[in-house]
Amino acid sequence: MHFNNFKSGRAVLDSLAYPIYWVANLPAKVGEWTDTHVRSRANLLEDNERLAQENLVLQGLSQQMASVQSENARLRALLNSSALVRDDVLVAELIGVSPDPERQLLVLNKGTRDGVFVGQPLIDAEGLMGQVVEVSGGTSRALLITDVTHSVPVQINRNGVRAIVEGAGEIGALEVRHVSATTDIEPGDLLVTSGLGERFPVGYPVAEVTDVERDTGQAFAHVVARPRAALDRTRHVLLVFTAPAAAVVAPLPEED
Amino acid sequence: MSERQRTGYGIITLTFLVAFVLLVVPLPAWLQWGRPEWVTLTLIYWCIALPQRVGITIGLLAGLGVDVLEGSLLGQHGLALVVVAFLALILYQRLRVYSLLQQAAVVFVLVGISQLLCQWVQNVDGASGLPKLFLLPALTSALVWPFVLHTLRGVRRRFEMG
Repeated sequence: MHFNNFKSGRAVLDSLAYPIYWVANLPAKVGEWTDTHVRSRANLLEDNERLAQENLVLQGLSQQMASVQSENARLRALLNSSALVRDDVLVAELIGVSPDPERQLLVLNKGTRDGVFVGQPLIDAEGLMGQVVEVSGGTSRALLITDVTHSVPVQINRNGVRAIVEGAGEIGALEVRHVSATTDIEPGDLLVTSGLGERFPVGYPVAEVTDVERDTGQAFAHVVARPRAALDRTRHVLLVFTAPAAAVVAPLPEED
Repeated sequence: MSERQRTGYGIITLTFLVAFVLLVVPLPAWLQWGRPEWVTLTLIYWCIALPQRVGITIGLLAGLGVDVLEGSLLGQHGLALVVVAFLALILYQRLRVYSLLQQAAVVFVLVGISQLLCQWVQNVDGASGLPKLFLLPALTSALVWPFVLHTLRGVRRRFEMG
């Protein structure tokens, strides 16, 4: 049902839409500006202190990062799989959301000029958000993982079981499809991208299982998950550039 | 095209641009389903007020604009607004003498038809089912119709169009 001849024309039209999104976004911009510029000294000091503490904690956590990474690379070499490449990211700002409540689309202020491409994964600080579906010169449109037409291949972080996560059409709800009733999946399990399908890089957190319903009358368990990313709160998102073909291996069994 | 006609088209374009901005202004999640169809309302007003100037072509252009903004299939709203413009052009003589309440009822029907057409196109394109609240925008559009009517009438008289 899609006519590819219109793709380039559509990209031009999309860039014409940017000013309208920009104007519609002005009130939010003004709010943000006053938030950052009109603040009391006490507030700033408080913020500064909090950030310094946070920084200390993060630095502490990252001390072992280098050694863990090289160890990981060695282990992967032992397993004959290609080394995981660190992903590059590009920060993009949200300039609009689709006014159609049935679609979960975002409009971002980065386009082909910044190297954005169709199918590019989108994350925020907490987890996977979605992927780019349309690009024009200066803007792009991204489909969120909660859209009904979106699916992500994932695996359970705890035991490596693979599954498909589908959007349920509302912010805050995802469905894990076709999980057999005997699969080891529990509320609280973290689902991370499995990298299968070669669209999303391996290992980004996607969702947390909130509810597992095993109905003996049904072939599959009904599993509901909550997305990790703050899909309806973020203003800044990260577009991920991955090196192609990062191979997938099953995680090593946990040592008890 | 006379000077006056040209400014007329400028003003009409401007009102559509405002409608486009209102279309994409971020709303809280609970209001999302009830967003009035500003572009459709603007189109209906101009079809009633200046049927010799605004009609199916402007409807198509405005619809394509909505498609670009919403990221929907190109032509989906184009089709819907062409139908709305066509019906408004058939009905404009009657609509002009209707009371506000009767006009709002017709607006409800017109916006409802455009919503239905969009749903059909989306279903052909792969979406499934009819969402429960798809007629809510028609209702809110009918509710804000008096406001749109008075604003745009004010604009038209201020610039002495038609």
